[in-house]
Amino acid sequence: MRSLLTAVTFFPALGALALVFVPRSRAGVLKTAALLIALLVFALSLPLYFGFDGDSAGFQFEEERAWMPTLGVSYHVGIDGISMLLVLLTTFLTPLALASAWHAIEDRLKEFVVTVLVLETGMLGVFVSLDLFLFYVFWEAMLIPMYFIIGVWGGTNRVYAAVKFVLYTLAGSLLMLIAILAFYYRHGAATGTYTFDITTLARWVVAPGLAQNLMFLAFALAFAIKVPLFPFHTWLPDAHVEAPTAGSVILAGVLLKMGTYGFLRFCLPLFPDASLAFGPLVSALAVIGIVYGAWVSTVQPDVKKLVAYSSVSHLGFVMLGIFTLTQQGLVGGVIQMVNHGLSTGALFLMVGMMYERRHTRLITDFGGLWKVVPAFSAFFMVVVFSSLGLPGLNGFVGEFLILVGAFGVNPWLAAVATTGIVFAAVYLLWMYQRVIFGEVTHEENRALTDLSPREWAVLAPVVVLIVWIGVYPTAFTGKTEATLEALIAQVESKSGAPRVSVAVGAGPADPATMTPHAPVSGHPRSMPAPRTPLQ
Amino acid sequence: MTELAIPAVTIGPLAPVLIVLGAAGLVLLLDLLPRPGGRELIATVALAGVVGALLATLMRWGKPGRAFNDMVVLDDFALFANVVICYAAALVVLLSIDYLRQKGPEAGEYYALLLFATSGMMLLAAAGDLVVLFLALELMSLSLYVLAGLFKRELASSEASMKYFVLGAFAASFLLYGIALIYGATATTNLDRIAATAAGRAHDPLLVIGLGLLLVGFGFKISSVPFHMWAPDVYQGAPTSVTALIATGSKAAAFAALIRVLVTALRGSQPDWTALLWIVAAVTMTVGNVVAIAQSNLKRLLAYSSIAHVGYMLIGVVAGGSAGPGAVLFYLLTYVFTTAGAFGVLTLCERARVEAVEVGDYAGLARRHPVLAAALGLFLLSLVGIPPLAGFVGKFYLFAAAVRAGYLWLAVIGVLNSAIAAYYYLRVVVFMYMREPDGVGATLVPSFAGGLALAIALVGIVLLGVIPAPFADLAQAAVAPLLR
Repeated sequence: MRSLLTAVTFFPALGALALVFVPRSRAGVLKTAALLIALLVFALSLPLYFGFDGDSAGFQFEEERAWMPTLGVSYHVGIDGISMLLVLLTTFLTPLALASAWHAIEDRLKEFVVTVLVLETGMLGVFVSLDLFLFYVFWEAMLIPMYFIIGVWGGTNRVYAAVKFVLYTLAGSLLMLIAILAFYYRHGAATGTYTFDITTLARWVVAPGLAQNLMFLAFALAFAIKVPLFPFHTWLPDAHVEAPTAGSVILAGVLLKMGTYGFLRFCLPLFPDASLAFGPLVSALAVIGIVYGAWVSTVQPDVKKLVAYSSVSHLGFVMLGIFTLTQQGLVGGVIQMVNHGLSTGALFLMVGMMYERRHTRLITDFGGLWKVVPAFSAFFMVVVFSSLGLPGLNGFVGEFLILVGAFGVNPWLAAVATTGIVFAAVYLLWMYQRVIFGEVTHEENRALTDLSPREWAVLAPVVVLIVWIGVYPTAFTGKTEATLEALIAQVESKSGAPRVSVAVGAGPADPATMTPHAPVSGHPRSMPAPRTPLQ
Repeated sequence: MTELAIPAVTIGPLAPVLIVLGAAGLVLLLDLLPRPGGRELIATVALAGVVGALLATLMRWGKPGRAFNDMVVLDDFALFANVVICYAAALVVLLSIDYLRQKGPEAGEYYALLLFATSGMMLLAAAGDLVVLFLALELMSLSLYVLAGLFKRELASSEASMKYFVLGAFAASFLLYGIALIYGATATTNLDRIAATAAGRAHDPLLVIGLGLLLVGFGFKISSVPFHMWAPDVYQGAPTSVTALIATGSKAAAFAALIRVLVTALRGSQPDWTALLWIVAAVTMTVGNVVAIAQSNLKRLLAYSSIAHVGYMLIGVVAGGSAGPGAVLFYLLTYVFTTAGAFGVLTLCERARVEAVEVGDYAGLARRHPVLAAALGLFLLSLVGIPPLAGFVGKFYLFAAAVRAGYLWLAVIGVLNSAIAAYYYLRVVVFMYMREPDGVGATLVPSFAGGLALAIALVGIVLLGVIPAPFADLAQAAVAPLLR
C-alpha cells in the first residue's frame, strides 16, 4: 500500500479526534474504542514487518510529498532496519498500555485515551521521519501529551515530575534545533542545495573540526537527555515513578528509545568524526550509567523506582553497544532496545497490577506472594529473568552481543559493563525474593486476587515475545543487520575524509538499494557527484 | 495671472486608512443618536470598517502605490503589515462587544478610539517619511492612552493610562529629537532620500546620535528593555480588550515602522544598529522571560511574555537580509493570533463577578470548561513554541534567519530563553489541568462574538503551524521592496 506509513502514523491521531466527539459519560465505549484503534494500528503495522526486505540496507515504504519547498522541507517518511523494529514496538506497546489502564484511570478517561493516542502518533512520527524538520516537529510535539499524562493522572508528586521532564527535554532539544539549522546552512552553502532531507544530508561529508564537534554535541545532548545517559538521567526516576502505569510503560518502552534512535539515525551518519572522537567518552558514561543505575536500584525501597533506575542501567548497555561501532555491538544495541521495551514495559505493567491491588509499591509491604498469586509470580519471574539477561530469554541476546562488540573495542570497559549484569541480578533477584518468596508477612496480602483474564491478555503477548526473541532472535535481528552494516560502512567511509573524493558507499541513503515501495515524487534533490569533502 | 500649480493628489494608497477613518466618523455620529439596542450597531460598523480595510488591502496586493510626494508608501511590506493590524483590530472588536457590556462603560468613543488607533497603526506601517511616521505614531499612541484609561472608576486603569501617557510622551519626544537630528544631517525627512544621502556618511555624529534617539523612541513603543517598564503596569491596568490591542496591533505597527526605517533609511549604519540591537534583543528576551517566572497575575505574565517575544523578533531585525525582516513579519502574524486569543480567553472569564486575572483563578478550569481550557492551553503552547502550532514555525524562521546570518550565539540565547519561558506558560496549564480551585473557580461569560474571535484565533494558529509556507513566503516577498 502506497501510504502505509502515513496511515500507521496518523491513524491514532485521527482516532483520537473521533473519540473527542464521544460523550464523556460513555466510559466503556471510550475505553473499547481506544483499544480497538490501537489494535488496528498494530495490525496495520504488521505488513511493515512482514513486507520488510531484510537484505536491503536502504529505506523502505518511503513516501515523499512537498511541504515547504522554498525552505527545503518535505514530508518524507520511510523505515529501515532500525526504525522498523521501533515502530512495531510502539504499536505493540500502546494497546497494552491502554489495556492496563482499564480500571486504573477513571477520572477524565476521555482526555486520557485521546492523549495516549495523540502521543502514539507523535512517537511513530519520530521514528519514520526522514526530514529533519519533520523529525523535530514530532520530537517536540510528543512532549506535551507525555507532560499531561504524567501531570494529570500521575502520583502525588506528579506536577514536579512533569514540569522537570518537559523543561529538561525541551532545553536539550532546543539546542538541537540550532544544530539542525547550522547543519542545514552549512550543507546549503557547501553543496548549493538547501534541504532538510536526511537522505540527502547524510551523503554530505562534513570536515572534522570544531563545527562538527559542536553540532554533534548539540544533537548528542538532546538525545543523551532522552536515553538517558548518565549524568542527564535525573528527570527519569521522578517521571517514571509519578507517571501512571500506562504512562510508565510508554515512557520506558518507547520514549527512551528515541534517544538511542537519534544517536543511530543522526549522530553516527551525520557526524562520524565527532562520533569516533567522543565515542570513548560516551562509552565511559554509558558504563558508569550501567553500574550506577544498578547500584542505586539495589537500595530502592519502592519497586517502581527500582525499575526506573534499572532503565538507566539497561540503556547504558544500549549506548555502549552503539558506540562500539561494530556489527555485533550495533545489532546487540538495536535488539536490546526492543528487549528493554518489552521487559521493562512488562515490569511496569506488573508493578501497576500490584499497585492496583494494594495501593502501595514498597517492597516491605509485600512478601510471600508466590502462594497467594502463583500466576502473577510466574509471569513476574519470567520478566525479571528477561531483564537480568538469562540465556534463553531476550535480554541475554542483546547483552551478549553488546559485550562481544565492546570487548573487541575496549576490554576494560566491557569487563566493568559485565559486572553490571551481576549487579542487575543482585537488585532484581533480591527484590523478587523479598516480594514473592518467603512467608506472607502482611495479612492484606492473603486476600490478593490472581491475574484476571484482562491481565493475562496484557502479559501473555509480552512474554511470548520475550521467549521468542530469546530463542530465535534472527527473526528480528535479521531485519536489522543489513542496515547496520551499511551504517558502519558509512561511518567508516565518511570519517577522516581524505582530500581524495571517495566513491559513494552503500550508506542507508543509497538510492540504488532503496526498495521502491512508493514512487518518490519530484523532490529538488541535487546530486553532487562524488561526495566532496568540505575544505 | 499665473496658473495655480495644484499638485497631483492621489488618495488611492490611503484607501484602507480612509475606510477605517470613515468608519470611526460614522461610529461617532451613531453614538449621538438615541439608540435602543444600538450598541451592536456601533460595534458592527466598527467591525465592518476594519474588514473593509482588510479587503481593500488585499485588493491592492501587488500594486504598490505612493501618495503625497512619497510620504505614504503602500508597498507590499505596508500591505502585509496592514493585514496583520486589521486582523488584530478585528479580533479586538469581536472581543470587546460582550466584554464592555459586562465590565464597563459601553461608549461609542471606545470603538471610535479603537478605529483611530487602527488607522494610526496602518499609517505607521505605510509611512515613507519621518514626519508622517511621527504623525501616525502619535495618532496611534494618543488613542491608546485614552483607551487604556477607559474604565474611569478603576484606579488601575487610570494609573495605567497616566503611566502610558507620561512615558509615551517622553519617548515620543526622544523620537522627535532623533528625527530632527537626522534631518539636520541629511536635510530631508523622506526615508528614500535619507537612504541616498546617508549612504556615505555613516559616521556623521548627528546621524549616529539621531539613530540612537530614534531607537530609544521605538524601543519604548515596542517595549524592549530598558524601555519596557510601562508595559506590565499598562497591560495589567488597562481593560483587557485594550491590552489585546496594545499587545498586538501597536507592536506590529511599531515593528513595521522600525524595520522600514532601519532597512531603507539607515541601511548605511547597519553595523551600528545591528550591534546595538543584538544587545537589546538578548537582554530583552532574558529580562522578559526571567521576570515573568515570578508573576502571578496573568495579564502581567502575558505582558512580560510580550516583552520576551519582542526580544525574539529583534533577533530577526538583527539578522537582516531578506530572511530576517520576513521572519519578523511572519512572526507578527502568528503573534497576533496567539496573543489576541490568550487575552481573549481572559476577557471571557470572570470569578465572583470580577475579572479572573490571577493564575490561581484558573485552577481546575479544565474540568468546568474543557473547551476554554483547551483553547487557552493551545495559545500558551503556541507561545512556548511547540509544534505543530504557529509559534514554533515563527520561532523557527527567526532562528533560521539568525543562524544563516551567522548570529549563532543570539540564536542559542533565543532557544535557551524559549526553554525558560516554557516554565511559566506551563504553570498556567498546570493550574488549569492539574489543580483544583479553592472555592468557586473562574466561570465563563457567554459571548458569541468572543467565541468567534477565539475560534478564528485557534484556526489561525493551527493553520499557520501546519501550512506556514504560503504565508511565510508572502512575508519574505513583502520585504523585498524595502531592500531595493
